[in-house]
Amino acid sequence: MKKYAYYPGCTLGSTGVEYGLSTLEVCKKLGIEMWEIPDYNCCGSSSAHLVNPYLALGLSARNMAIAEEAGLDVAIPCAACYSHSKAAELAVKESPEKRAIIEDIIGRTYKGESKAKSILEVLAESLDLEELKAQVVHPLKGLKVVTYYGCLLTRPKKIACDDAEDPIMMDNILAALGAEILPWSAKTECCGASHTASEPGVGIGMTDKILLAAQKSGADCVATACPMCMGNLDMRQVQAAKMFNHNYNIPIYYFTELLGLALGIDSKKMGCDRHFVPAMELLQKYEKGGEQ
Amino acid sequence: MTLNELQQQGAMATETLEKLSQVEARKCYQCGKCSAGCPVAEYMDIMPRQVMRLVQLGLTDEALKSKAIWLCATCDTCSTRCPRNVDIAHEMETLRILAKRKGIVGEKDIDKFHNVFLDMVKKFGRVYEVGLIVGRNVTTGKLFRDVNYGLPYLSKRKVHLLPEKVKAKDEINRIFAKAEEYALKELKEAENK
Repeated sequence: MKKYAYYPGCTLGSTGVEYGLSTLEVCKKLGIEMWEIPDYNCCGSSSAHLVNPYLALGLSARNMAIAEEAGLDVAIPCAACYSHSKAAELAVKESPEKRAIIEDIIGRTYKGESKAKSILEVLAESLDLEELKAQVVHPLKGLKVVTYYGCLLTRPKKIACDDAEDPIMMDNILAALGAEILPWSAKTECCGASHTASEPGVGIGMTDKILLAAQKSGADCVATACPMCMGNLDMRQVQAAKMFNHNYNIPIYYFTELLGLALGIDSKKMGCDRHFVPAMELLQKYEKGGEQ
Repeated sequence: MTLNELQQQGAMATETLEKLSQVEARKCYQCGKCSAGCPVAEYMDIMPRQVMRLVQLGLTDEALKSKAIWLCATCDTCSTRCPRNVDIAHEMETLRILAKRKGIVGEKDIDKFHNVFLDMVKKFGRVYEVGLIVGRNVTTGKLFRDVNYGLPYLSKRKVHLLPEKVKAKDEINRIFAKAEEYALKELKEAENK
C-alpha cells in the first residue's frame, strides 16, 4: 500500500471541503494511505510570496519538514499549497546556503528528501489506466467535460507537474472513466485568483472569461484540481453572470469527485451536494446508471 | 535631462533590483509576448513589457509607481512563454515587494487584502475565512462586499465558525520573525553593494 503525508492546507476542511472529502474517499478506495501532517500550518498562499519570499519558503518548509521526519512524500490537493510546498522543496536543494537559511527560519531540519506532489500527479502516476477502467462502477459515458488546470499546476516549468500549454493528466484519468474530453481555449488561463476577493472589477472579469469559454465549448461541466479555481468558477458564477449579463448554469467539479463517482463512491459522502451551482442532478444521472 | 543621464541616475536602482530578483532584465528584446498572453493586461496602466523597459532604462522608480505590479496575478504565463527566458513575473513580484517596503502602494485594496490574510496566518497559523472577509471589509471600508455569501457558506458548513489554530505558535512566530530578518538583511546587502 502506498502511503503519503497528506497536506490539506486551510481550505480542504472548509471552503474546499468537497475536494478534501473526495480525495480521501478516492484514495481509500484505491488503497493509497493518507497520513495528515500533524499541526500543519498555512502555506502562505498567494499572499506571503508577494510580501516576503522567505516567509513563503519558511511557512511551506515547516510542513515539509514534519513530513520528512515521518519519511513520507507529501500529497497535496490544493494547487497553491502544492506550488508553494514544491518551491520550498526546490529551494533547500538549490544550495547548502539556501538550505541553512530555510532551516534557521523554521528551526527544523529539512533536506528536501520529502517531495511535494500534487494529488493529480499522485493519482496520474499510481493509476494504471487499463486497471482503472476495470474498476469503474458508474461509467461517465456521454459526460462532456472540459478540464481546467489553471496556473499553479502548470507554471512555472520547474514547479509544474504537467505541461504548461497542454496539460493532460486530468484528461487521461477522466477519459478512462468514460467521459468525453472537449477541446477548449481556457485550459491553463488564470481564474483571477484572489483578485475576485480583493479587486472584483478585475478578478470577476477574469473568471467570466473562463466560464464563457466553458459554455461555448458545449461541455456539461468543468473539472478542476484547485479550490481557488473552484471558488471562483462555482461560488462566483452567479456574480460573474450578473456583472457581464451572461447566463450560466455550469456545474464545476473537482476531478476527484468525478473519479469517486465513477468508482461508486456516494456523491453526498464526497460533499457534492455542497456546491453553489447545483451539482447533484448531473451526478445522479450517472449514479443511476448513466446514459444508455 | 537626457536619456543617458536618466539611465546613469537609475543605474544603482537597476543593480539593486537585479541583485534581489536575479532577473536579467537586459535580456528582454521587447517583443511583447508577455503582454499578449497576460490575462490581467487589459486592466493594467502599463503593460508588463513596459515594466521591463522601465527597468532596462534605469527608471525603476517609475515601475515602482505602476498599478501593473500590483495587478499581476503571478500566473507566470509571461515567464513561461518568454522567448528570452526572462522571469517577468518574478521581476514584477520583486518590484511590488520593494514598492511596499517604500510605502508606494499602487492598488490599496489588494494590499489590504493580503495584509489581513497574513495577519490571520501570523495570529492563528492558518487562515480563518470569517476573519479574512470581515477584516478585509473593515480595512477597505467596503462593509457589504461578499456578505451575501455568508449564509450559504454557513448552511453548507463550508466555513469554520471559530478559527483553527496551530498549536506550535512559537514556531509560527519564529518563521515570521526570522523571515523578516533575512529579507531586511538581503535588502540592505543589495542596496549597499
